[in-house]
Amino acid sequence: MGQTFDWFSERGINLVRSDSDREYAGHIKGIKNVQLIFLSASEIPRELSSGRLHFGVTGNDVIQEKLVHFNQLAKPISELGFGFADLIIAVPSFWVDVETLDDFDAVSAQFRDKHGYRLRIATKYHRLLREFLMKAGVADYQIVDSQGATEGAVKNGLAEAIADITSTGDTLKANHLKILSDGLILKSQATLFKSLVADFSQEENQVANSLLKKLRAKN
Amino acid sequence: MTDLKDLSREAKRLAVVFEATGAEVVELDFLQISNVLLDLYGEDIRGRAFITNDPVYGEMMLRPDFTIPIVEQHMTNSLSPARYTYCGKVFRRQEEFPDRPREFLQVGYEIFDGANPEKADAEVFSLVNEALNGIPVRIATGDIGILMAAVRSLSTTETRKKALLRHIWRPHRFKTLLNQFSGLSSKPQPNQDLEDYNKLIDKFQTIGSRNIQEIKERLQQIKLESETDTIDPDEVKILDDILSLKDTCTVALSYLEKVSKKMPGIEKTLDNFAKRLEFLENNGISVDVLDFEGSYGRTSMEYYDGFVFGFYSETHTDLAPVATGGRYDALTERMGQGKKIPAVGAVLRPDLTLLLRENNRD
Repeated sequence: MGQTFDWFSERGINLVRSDSDREYAGHIKGIKNVQLIFLSASEIPRELSSGRLHFGVTGNDVIQEKLVHFNQLAKPISELGFGFADLIIAVPSFWVDVETLDDFDAVSAQFRDKHGYRLRIATKYHRLLREFLMKAGVADYQIVDSQGATEGAVKNGLAEAIADITSTGDTLKANHLKILSDGLILKSQATLFKSLVADFSQEENQVANSLLKKLRAKN
Repeated sequence: MTDLKDLSREAKRLAVVFEATGAEVVELDFLQISNVLLDLYGEDIRGRAFITNDPVYGEMMLRPDFTIPIVEQHMTNSLSPARYTYCGKVFRRQEEFPDRPREFLQVGYEIFDGANPEKADAEVFSLVNEALNGIPVRIATGDIGILMAAVRSLSTTETRKKALLRHIWRPHRFKTLLNQFSGLSSKPQPNQDLEDYNKLIDKFQTIGSRNIQEIKERLQQIKLESETDTIDPDEVKILDDILSLKDTCTVALSYLEKVSKKMPGIEKTLDNFAKRLEFLENNGISVDVLDFEGSYGRTSMEYYDGFVFGFYSETHTDLAPVATGGRYDALTERMGQGKKIPAVGAVLRPDLTLLLRENNRD
């Protein structure tokens, strides 16, 4: 949140949090008629696509996971240059026979033969993973839902592989996992989105335009 | 907006064509236990079906088709020959094409009978053709069985054939594998010898259900694969020729018969092809003008393993197919846990046939 505040203030837009830190609300200094709302990053896609929010800052990973045909619902205005994360597929490091998706697919077949069930991948990015593997022609796997601490899923016996976001790769390493060389599903960072379905009154349009003008001046 | 009365009249009109054969009319539950469908289609089905949860049965799906549950019922209840027909709604998520309907009627027909498979193929096709009488359609046919027989008759290892057969319905990956096996693209090479790999394994903690033994077996396989001769380019050429074949059934058959001189392994499937054409001809279908595509049925019909066909609107080319069908012998075996019976079936879309009839009238 601090980084988002900094990014806006560098562009002459000063976000201010309400006096009470417990209240998830705020405003912009000197600009009336803008209401600032603090929401979980994963809820922002839904609010943008329902038109309840005009603008929102969140990662493009959650936008693309949660919104079908996201580019018809929300438009990326600017990347904020932080919150970098890659959505990747990782397997145990001791799988020395696996480096690529080709290997992964071959292992899926082998695993199903040996164990009688489909190799499990833990993730919260169900849609993105499924589309990626369908395009790659990988078969005989199954997705198990994991909403947090996904890196631990293999060690804990819940899955054979994971698909999750990573920035440095340290957590993966600490959990005895390695990334498939061609297993990058998407690159993500914090991004300012504009809702393409929200109603903009004349007044709201003016406010939006003046904000966008300030952003453009810096970029 | 389609008039619901018109739609149910159209569905009835299609259904009577199949009911007239004396087929048993089947009704199915809307909710189906997910496991069977997941085992068969893999994870992709979750992108296409509506899923819900039952506190006792766990994950359940609104039926995305009739065929699988009918096969399951038939394989559990009886093994005697049977004909089934059905008319009811199926439910599909539409992520890729949001404008397509989430629920729509299907009318279908399935024959479980091994006495004369080619005659059954022709029966299903001819009935569909009869039901669609008056609608301008383009018809495509193919035969996955010929393709599979060609792969099985390659002079190479069983491991390679198995890998190719597993991906026959994923053309892209099939091509990648074929290129690797035939030396057209680089294949996985062990860049260290097995001893070094074994030392490497020891550096890491072993986690998850895949064990060291499985990894060593696969390393051995990679080594074997790298030492195996590439597939003869002439055989790859034959496979490519079959895949790119597009002609009328009659011409395709005589072309494939020539091909079989060099690849005798496909002869039996060509005999079946020839028999099927005879039966179709007897039913009044002009096979001289019926299209045949060597690759048809590879992308969207994952359980078909023999004769395949699809009827498409000639005027509305963006529309989903009006009817599709095919043979699925291997599916009955997979679901029959050892028992099997040759089977063929087809499914039609009354909403689309109604639309096309109305447009045709205008």
